[in-house]
Amino acid sequence: MSDMQDYASSLADAGSRKFETFSYLPEMSAEQTRKQVEYIVSKGWNPAVEHTEPQNATGSFWYMWKLPMFGETDVDSILSEVEACHNAHPNNHVRLVGFDNYAQSKGAEMVIYRGKAV
Amino acid sequence: MAKTYNAGVKDYRETYWEPDYQPRETDLLACFKITPQPGIPREEVAAAVAAESSTGTWTTVWTDLLTDLDHYKGRAYAIEDVPGDDTCFYAFVAYPIDLFEEGSVVNVFTSLVGNVFGFKALRALRLEDVRFPIAYVMTCNGPPQGIQVERDIMNKYGRPLLGCTIKPKLGLSAKNYGRACYEGLRGGLDFTKDDENVNSQPFMRWRARFDFVMEAILKAEAETGERKGHYLNVTAPTPDEMMKRAEYAKEIGAPIIMHDYITGGFCANTGLAQWCQDNGMLLHIHRAMHAVIDRNPHHGIHFRVLTKILRLSGGDHLHTGTVVGKLEGDRASTLGWIDLLRESYIKEDRSRGIFFDQDWGSMPGAFAVASGGIHVWHMPALVNIFGDDSVLQFGGGTLGHPWGNAAGAAANRVAVEACVQARNEGRELEVEGKDILANAAKSSPELKAAMETWKEIKFEFDTVDKLDIVHK
Repeated sequence: MSDMQDYASSLADAGSRKFETFSYLPEMSAEQTRKQVEYIVSKGWNPAVEHTEPQNATGSFWYMWKLPMFGETDVDSILSEVEACHNAHPNNHVRLVGFDNYAQSKGAEMVIYRGKAV
Repeated sequence: MAKTYNAGVKDYRETYWEPDYQPRETDLLACFKITPQPGIPREEVAAAVAAESSTGTWTTVWTDLLTDLDHYKGRAYAIEDVPGDDTCFYAFVAYPIDLFEEGSVVNVFTSLVGNVFGFKALRALRLEDVRFPIAYVMTCNGPPQGIQVERDIMNKYGRPLLGCTIKPKLGLSAKNYGRACYEGLRGGLDFTKDDENVNSQPFMRWRARFDFVMEAILKAEAETGERKGHYLNVTAPTPDEMMKRAEYAKEIGAPIIMHDYITGGFCANTGLAQWCQDNGMLLHIHRAMHAVIDRNPHHGIHFRVLTKILRLSGGDHLHTGTVVGKLEGDRASTLGWIDLLRESYIKEDRSRGIFFDQDWGSMPGAFAVASGGIHVWHMPALVNIFGDDSVLQFGGGTLGHPWGNAAGAAANRVAVEACVQARNEGRELEVEGKDILANAAKSSPELKAAMETWKEIKFEFDTVDKLDIVHK
């Protein structure tokens, strides 16, 4: 039994809360994030930024950061909006979204800046 | 001039073989693979199939003249060789849409795969594909919610969903069963699943199972902050009993229920799917008994047709095989019916076994479910083959983890996310799979242990092609 590891997760520990896609992986480096933005652009999806207090992350609607960046293909512009949202809301989860208007769904969605768990 | 009545038997081909016929946009088109008895001309057998699956019978009857048979009859309009197999041939039959009740796959298949399959002039008969005209598709209810709505309900985007079938499939008490679900869900699964033969046996009646599983879902949601579900199997001995279980699942707040559409029957399934749409429930579909019908290459119904029936009858998930797991299936052919399940317009493509263009119009697509003998080493191939609109289900591959279900679930969750991340970065999953997983395992002891438990598998798969087209 000594080799066996306990799965640490509990109601009491706010750090156990996840936030969907990529939340089981380590936080992405700047270079990794850039590649995800490139992926969204390559798919022709509309990038958007959303944020929320971590304790309210389970709802369908997070706060929109401005409007989705319709037609934006410049990776640096997109990254700068993600960063601007984070600077304005440093304790919040900030996520990047790729809206697929043909599927009428989000083709991609991932938290880039992880908020402080409370 | 009116036709006259001549009693007796005449060749089917006089009435039902029309090689010059141009199929109409509204016709149902079927491709049959026919293995005839020796000595009967192909045209006669093809015409017989068209007749026996539509208006015809073995002899002339006077009442034929009271209707306009030319309006109602099915017509064999083309014959083709089967590549690499001289014992059989393809026959294409067109059926006027007026032959069928609207919105009834039951009625369509009572004709197309009814008496004709026992016809003596045939050694064997297989329904290879059916083109449903958009006019007929629009009369069917289809998937209760569809892929896009399910993603919104479950809040899952940009990746395949993860599931796990609870094992042992039979014999657990309801509370122990709920425990197994809870552990999987808290570890990072989106769904757990009743196995197909879990209905309401003496060792675990349905109601106790539903209650304990719902408690597991709610606690796992609170703990992880993510939305969870469990496919509560409502397959039952009678439609009334099925609906009773479905109603209770809704009452306790379960997001998804499950049905076996072949053993349960198309009638029950279509009704249940309509109810799910009316009640905001998701519907997972299992396919027990399909291999009895679709496995023999000369007789039965091809699975691509069973896929189309399900999409019309209604379901939000359908098991499609894994290509790579314990139930290995032909890769190109599987990709064909996955498209038929999920896409809105699928072009004829013989290299994937698709005989007709199929237009689904606005009918939603359903998730492809890959389940059966898969584990974490298969993840790169699965993500590559199935893409995001799929549910990858690891039963033994979750529960068999040396540290238990939660760790097994976490291992699979880390693996699927690592593969999606790598794919988005433009990496080749089936070539670099080992590196991608090994790198992800550096920050996940659960994944590392899973990779040590199940031995590495090869990532470059040969296509084990069973399609007729490549046999020659």
